[in-house]
Amino acid sequence: MRAETREHLFDVAVIGAGVVGCAVARDIGRRGMSCVLVDRADDVGDATSKANTAILHTGFDAEPGTLESRLVARGHQLLSDYAGEAGVALERIGALVLAWDDDQRAALPGLREKALSNGYGAVAVLDAHEAYRREPFLGPGCLGALAIPDESIIDPWSTTIALATDAVRSGVDLRLETEVVGVTTVAGVHRLETTTGSLAARWVCNVAGLGADRLDNIFGHAEFHVTARRGQLVVFDKMARQLVSSILLPVPTQRSKGVLVAPTVYGNVLLGPTAEDLDDRTDTASTADGVEQLRAAGSRVLPRLLDEEVTSVFAGLRAATEHRDFQIRAYPEERYLCVGGIRSTGLTASMAIAEHVVELLGSAGEDVVRLDDASGATRFPPLGECQVRPYRDAALIATDPEYGRIVCHCELVSAGELRDAFESPVPPRSTGGIRRRTRAMNGRCQGFYCAATVVSALAAARGIDPRHLLGLDGGQS
Amino acid sequence: MTTGRVQSEACAREVADVVVIGSGPAGLAAATAIRRSHPGRVLVVERQARAGGIPAQCDHRGFGLRDLHRSYSGPDYSRALAGQALEAGVEIITETTAFIESDGALAITGPAGLRHVEAAHVLLATGARERPRTARLVPGTRPAGVFTTGQLQQFVRRSLPVGSRALVVGAEHVSFSAVLTLREAGVAVRAMVTDLEEAQSLPVANAVLRHLYRVPLMTRTAVVSLEGRRRLQGVTLEDCVTGARLSVEVDTIVFSGGWVPEYGLARSAGVVLDPGSGGPAVDALGRTSRIGWFAAGNLVHPVETADSTAVQAARVGAGMAASLTRTRGPLAPAVPVRVAAPLAWVWPNLVRPGLTSGGDVTLLRTAEFGAQRSVRFSQDGRELGTYRIRHLTPNRSLRVGAAWRNGVSAEGGLVTASLH
Ligand SMILES: Cc1cc2nc3c(=O)[nH]c(=O)nc-3n(C[C@H](O)[C@H](O)[C@H](O)COP(=O)(O)OP(=O)(O)OC[C@H]3O[C@@H](n4cnc5c(N)ncnc54)[C@H](O)[C@@H]3O)c2cc1C
Ligand SMILES: Cc1cc2nc3c(=O)[nH]c(=O)nc-3n(C[C@H](O)[C@H](O)[C@H](O)COP(=O)(O)OP(=O)(O)OC[C@H]3O[C@@H](n4cnc5c(N)ncnc54)[C@H](O)[C@@H]3O)c2cc1C
Repeated sequence: MRAETREHLFDVAVIGAGVVGCAVARDIGRRGMSCVLVDRADDVGDATSKANTAILHTGFDAEPGTLESRLVARGHQLLSDYAGEAGVALERIGALVLAWDDDQRAALPGLREKALSNGYGAVAVLDAHEAYRREPFLGPGCLGALAIPDESIIDPWSTTIALATDAVRSGVDLRLETEVVGVTTVAGVHRLETTTGSLAARWVCNVAGLGADRLDNIFGHAEFHVTARRGQLVVFDKMARQLVSSILLPVPTQRSKGVLVAPTVYGNVLLGPTAEDLDDRTDTASTADGVEQLRAAGSRVLPRLLDEEVTSVFAGLRAATEHRDFQIRAYPEERYLCVGGIRSTGLTASMAIAEHVVELLGSAGEDVVRLDDASGATRFPPLGECQVRPYRDAALIATDPEYGRIVCHCELVSAGELRDAFESPVPPRSTGGIRRRTRAMNGRCQGFYCAATVVSALAAARGIDPRHLLGLDGGQS
Repeated sequence: MTTGRVQSEACAREVADVVVIGSGPAGLAAATAIRRSHPGRVLVVERQARAGGIPAQCDHRGFGLRDLHRSYSGPDYSRALAGQALEAGVEIITETTAFIESDGALAITGPAGLRHVEAAHVLLATGARERPRTARLVPGTRPAGVFTTGQLQQFVRRSLPVGSRALVVGAEHVSFSAVLTLREAGVAVRAMVTDLEEAQSLPVANAVLRHLYRVPLMTRTAVVSLEGRRRLQGVTLEDCVTGARLSVEVDTIVFSGGWVPEYGLARSAGVVLDPGSGGPAVDALGRTSRIGWFAAGNLVHPVETADSTAVQAARVGAGMAASLTRTRGPLAPAVPVRVAAPLAWVWPNLVRPGLTSGGDVTLLRTAEFGAQRSVRFSQDGRELGTYRIRHLTPNRSLRVGAAWRNGVSAEGGLVTASLH
């Protein structure tokens, strides 16, 4: 318990350190307001933000006129710039929406019109010949495509960690393993009851993802209900990367964006996601049916993909609601902001949502002008294949041989990178945290060679019993 | 994708007559054989801290009978092979990883720096790894407590905790090694499960499992789901015949065997793979599709025991040494050998007609059990040779003679190996 925190009154408490919460806290921190960022998990971005398809959308297919359409387009620009500054891997590889029957082909011009009404004009309809020229490994029967040259792939983990690190560097107090369980508001001060003690703040910003509606209820509102929409994904071995050069999308249906095939910045190929509405908001298990459904879809788009080894299967939960737009509302008299229903584009929109939140704070009379940009973005370690990774950087290894001491052989991660992660402002606390910061153990052998070394190093760095890291200390939560 | 070479000017070079990638039994035995008959620089590159490959991690006995003619523990066997190599004049550099630059060139990196490699011959001996849970597409949650045998052994060597009740998936040689390691770590083995109809190791291993350790063997059983959030809590099994399901409470599961050749380097180097083994396609001298590049060991026959791997690889090494002194012309065209189900792969799987050397063994694998069968090699319907086999066991070495290779015609089509 932190007794001293009772005394401190923060300007803003941000609840939820997903990609959106981290972007919001960073933006608030840079404007000179005092801010605390809390999350119940032991890492930032440990819920929906760690399990997505990692695409930086242009918003070409958003619902025109919605807040989501505007924030996705703006977010694409903001995050592209930020990724460049922070050294977060981003590849502008473009996307093709593929038509496999006459109805789908007939839908392409409509999609182009939609893109135009979303303010995105660079789309082009391609004939089948051009589609196969760009993607020679497509399965038979593709009738044409819509090209969206600015759809990009990004490192989703580093994005969240970079935003969190910049938040911490601008003075934001990050508190992990801290769950908000209740609130009392007296004389304009919110007192948050958490699992690690209580916190006082003038403003509360609810960015709790799958838990946003429940928190909203605690604040006396009931504007939306969250349904977890599970998306299972299959990650293929790096050897599959040569089979595909852009993001391959299906023609979207009313229900979902459908199953896509996309390279990742780490050099793998993703196949997914499914879209399954669940009652359990914690059920991130994969299922035999889900994987089968994905393989069936993948075998049509890129038959040779299925001959490659699978590196990993995982699932993420979208925070879907009954509405077809983001649920962002400010209640200035209550000094409460709700940022909910950030469904399937939140990675892209994150920085624009933050900008929007700051505007809402400004209209509520808060002083949000000062931009503390003296330090700029932190440079992040190069994790993408489009960057020069430390193992192949002769000059870097010459200055510090630890960057040549490879620990994870599949992903070629060095001891120097592990050390840097341990010493960073937002260090890993779990094996998942190491995977997301360094790629160690994320490769094709899934730890055959390196798991023991990495677990020992993490336990030593944190000064804890490895049983805790391996889930052998009793708790299951 | 990847950018071109980095700072080539600043980058050092490593020049050798032969570079061997991987210091497992294959790499070490081949390097020794090469150096014994060739005076040039033979360099073995190993990414791990110690030379020796997988045996260096295997604390039990059972290594070395066929090549060193006595039974060693894994680490002692590794030391013996590395000692032989050093004595022959081979250089071994550890903590150094080989990779392929985007232009196809071979490079190595390690604490001593990034270097580009120039060598007349390259031998790929990168071994095989076990197929992990993810690649087997076993659905469910992703808790801690899910291992391969190799990973389990590293945990035990480092005194990391591995749980209290375990299930072993697979019933081949290495699966029994997993049981030994678990028992040594004080973990109760609840069962060994295999989707095949029998275990595939030696009868004595079965007897020990059943009568001494009292571990039930569940055949025709598949793992259909894992449960538990932070730590594995349970596993759902399915009877492959009746479809009946059963839940087992365990906090540890070991996915053993299911070998995948460590083909990343080979493929990035543009070496053609054999569709059966998944490793580089090779002829009897270990020659791949890339001139000057050879492959040996479990990379090309996943997997054989360490000692027979070493014996085969030494032959490849001897051939390499011979070709170093010969003036090199283009390779004779190769005729691929394909297997018909239930055969899984054959080694060698390229035949270069006219080649007389290269050993007298053909290795095969089957996916099904059987008895009193024969393997027939044929080309365009013409029989090249037929060999009787008493017992067929999946995941077990099957060896027949090599005389069939003499009849292969360079002008003919594929050679087929099939069971009758
Ligand atoms: C399968 C899938 C594919 C996707 N693909 C893309 C894509 O390609 N591009 C894209 O832009 N977007 C994509 N998305 C969407 C994107 O991942 C999300 O919109 C984004 O991650 C949402 O971020 P968030 O911060 O709102 O939520 P989260 O990441 O879920 O963060 C919410 C946080 O709040 C915490 N929390 C909740 N309740 C409490 C409490 N009471 N106390 C303390 N902490 C609490 C949680 O622990 C969590 O960390 C995809 C999503 C899925 C599931
Ligand atoms: C748990 C277990 C128990 C076993 N028990 C026995 C037994 O009792 N008796 C027996 O005879 N056999 C046993 N075996 C089998 C035996 O280990 C193998 O047959 C043998 O190791 C194969 O030798 P190899 O040289 O082909 O490959 P490996 O031993 O796998 O060696 C390959 C080497 O290449 C290195 N390498 C790979 N890629 C690179 C790269 N890019 N750069 C640098 N280095 C690289 C690897 O680090 C590794 O050291 C066991 C195997 C296992 C997993």
